[in-house]
Amino acid sequence: MDVRALLKDAGLAAFVAFMLALPMIGFQTVDFSGGVGITVVTRFGDVAISVVLVFVGRLALSLLQYPSWRPPLLMASVVVVVGLPLLKTQAHYPVITWLAVIASAVIAVRSAWLHFDVSGVVGRDENNRMGDAAAFIGRWFGPVFVLFAVIFPFLPTTSRYLLDLGILVLTYVMLGWGLNVVVGLAGLLDLGYVAFYAVGAYSYAIIARDFGLTFWACLPLAGLFAAFFGVILGFPVLRLRGDYLAIVTLGFGEIIRIVLLNWASFSGGPNGISSIPRPSFLGMPFHPNPPEGVTSFHQFFNIDFSAEHRIVFLYYLILILALVTNSFTLRIRKLPIGRAWEALREDEIACRALGINPTNTKLTAFAIGAMFAGFAGAFFATRQGFISPESFSFIESAVILAIVVLGGMGSQIGVVLAAVLLIGVPEFFRELAQFRMLAFGAAMVGIMIWRPRGLLAHRDPSIRLSDAAGAGR
Amino acid sequence: MEYFLQQLINGVTLGAIYGLIAIGYTMVYGIIGMINFAHGEVYMIGAFISIITFIVLGLIGITFIPLALMVVLLSAMVFTAAYGWTIERVAYGPLRGSFRLAPLISAIGMSLFLQNYVQLVQGARVKPMQPVITGGFEFFQGSGFTVRLSYIQIIIVVLTIALMVGFTFLIQRTALGRAQRACEQDMGMAALVGIDVNRTISLTFVMGAMLAAVAGMMVTLYYGVIDFFIGFLAGVKAFTAAVLGGIGSLPGAMLGGLLIGLIEAFWSAYFSVEYKDVAVFVILVLTLIFKPTGLLGKPDIEKV
Repeated sequence: MDVRALLKDAGLAAFVAFMLALPMIGFQTVDFSGGVGITVVTRFGDVAISVVLVFVGRLALSLLQYPSWRPPLLMASVVVVVGLPLLKTQAHYPVITWLAVIASAVIAVRSAWLHFDVSGVVGRDENNRMGDAAAFIGRWFGPVFVLFAVIFPFLPTTSRYLLDLGILVLTYVMLGWGLNVVVGLAGLLDLGYVAFYAVGAYSYAIIARDFGLTFWACLPLAGLFAAFFGVILGFPVLRLRGDYLAIVTLGFGEIIRIVLLNWASFSGGPNGISSIPRPSFLGMPFHPNPPEGVTSFHQFFNIDFSAEHRIVFLYYLILILALVTNSFTLRIRKLPIGRAWEALREDEIACRALGINPTNTKLTAFAIGAMFAGFAGAFFATRQGFISPESFSFIESAVILAIVVLGGMGSQIGVVLAAVLLIGVPEFFRELAQFRMLAFGAAMVGIMIWRPRGLLAHRDPSIRLSDAAGAGR
Repeated sequence: MEYFLQQLINGVTLGAIYGLIAIGYTMVYGIIGMINFAHGEVYMIGAFISIITFIVLGLIGITFIPLALMVVLLSAMVFTAAYGWTIERVAYGPLRGSFRLAPLISAIGMSLFLQNYVQLVQGARVKPMQPVITGGFEFFQGSGFTVRLSYIQIIIVVLTIALMVGFTFLIQRTALGRAQRACEQDMGMAALVGIDVNRTISLTFVMGAMLAAVAGMMVTLYYGVIDFFIGFLAGVKAFTAAVLGGIGSLPGAMLGGLLIGLIEAFWSAYFSVEYKDVAVFVILVLTLIFKPTGLLGKPDIEKV
């Protein structure tokens, strides 16, 4: 092994890291104490640490390419022995310490695994294995997950907090499944998905405010309005190339937000709309003292009033909405339109040659995705009781997209796992909240490089020829 | 009339800044056919490096303005170029030949990462800076409205023109420019005749980042406040400028930037400030619908 080339390569990486870190990490802009303006404080220690980390990391990455297990393991041990005491002295970012430990653990495990894996071949084979695992999980664990989700509110360990978290995660699962129709199946990158979510939320809030309709009457309307907006936006721009579409949808998302922010007489402006009516169970409200002539939920079932009834009801509501989204997607994939989506994603020119109208096909995907976002938006409005343009920023779109991308575009079970991973898990690590979006961004880049089909990607061919023909794969 | 003239001056200044960022988009699109979504963030980093260099220079006692400006310009360009190079190597390089949406998703991830990275290491608060260059010319004072042409606006426009001239020379006359145009036409063929394609692409990103860094420095001087979120809107507007001018075309990016700057200034002055961003987005959509090739672009032929 060519040690000199390795060191040179790692040295170059370290030099670049120095160039990157020196201005941005080396000097921190801080407010003048007691005065106006800003000044800088230096953090050269952190620069040094970044440079060392990059040097070691680059070296480790290069060593991983070698078929032998010894150098990576040696490297990992060096990282742990030398790196940890060094990092301990710098308490700025304990998370870096953790990352280093996890990275070295991964390296060590991987090198050990390489040792036992006689073939030493990773890559294609590994991908297939992961795909099979995903298919297995999807087939056998899907029903188990659903069962778990159904009994979740009645588990003894479930607190009000966990239930709220469950509602939040399920909302994102639903949004992820909705966006999966657009991104995963039709291959259209939609960066303004949150706009349709906003349309759904605001249409429910405004219809309920101005016309006094109930949640159940508004839910289809919210979906319809969102789908309508999807068609309005999609019609002119879906003829464009994929990457233009991304920017235009991004711009559309911003337009909706700016309009909601400034059109105060209609949307309440930055103050939003408050006291949005809560949903009722078959017309029975969840209220301790219902108005005259109305039976409330607890009176009808003759149980004591508890504020948790409404939460449990909301939980089931979003669970049902999400499952409807899921089964709808699974079904429509098998219909001609669903197949046309997937075909279009793979090769638009071939589709056109086969007589598929690309604009109309994309438009249906766009409208259906938007409709689900509209449903989710109406649910969001009724759950919060208050909405404002703050909730519908680009970051939300990015989070939903990250869920779909990480889960594996087109994979339904992947979306669930990614939503739990990205929305549920960070709730338990509140002190790391500031790193959340940083990690999302890095994860999106990493996934595209190493596992472009997602963490748990599995693509069932929607049509399979005979087994004999399929055996060649 | 005086009011109109003032908006013209403001619009041209703004347009110069957008034009510089737009070149980065259009060059990258021309050479590898992807939208470098993180380019707005590169510009934001350029602005941060400028403000940091200004303060450091102030602390070590270099207060001679022309010298300080030169040092800041150099430092912003060099360090931001390192960011541009790294972004390409880390996020886009490994994806050549991957599926269609992969580079774009990676770019969005990179953009999120950079935004939050800057927020983390520099803080989320708005960074104000004392004006370095003050004063200017005032004329047409007669009818109660004074038209101001500040020195900083002159510097911005002159510097932009100088950079554009130098840049055009670089593309038209040097070996690097030739290599770049060759890669733009046919990457495989360029590689066959001995052009280092990877190096050329890297240098494209480096040049785009340098121009964005200059734009960042100008904004720091012009407005005096920056924060970690400025890259988002500026990026979208500069992209609109690139599309309006014809993506892939360098003169188009400059023209588009100028037009977007003027439109934004006049829209804010005569219609409403709140909806000025909406105006830009609407222009983007209208351009894409009615003239997707832009004003100076070549038609895009889809090959099987």
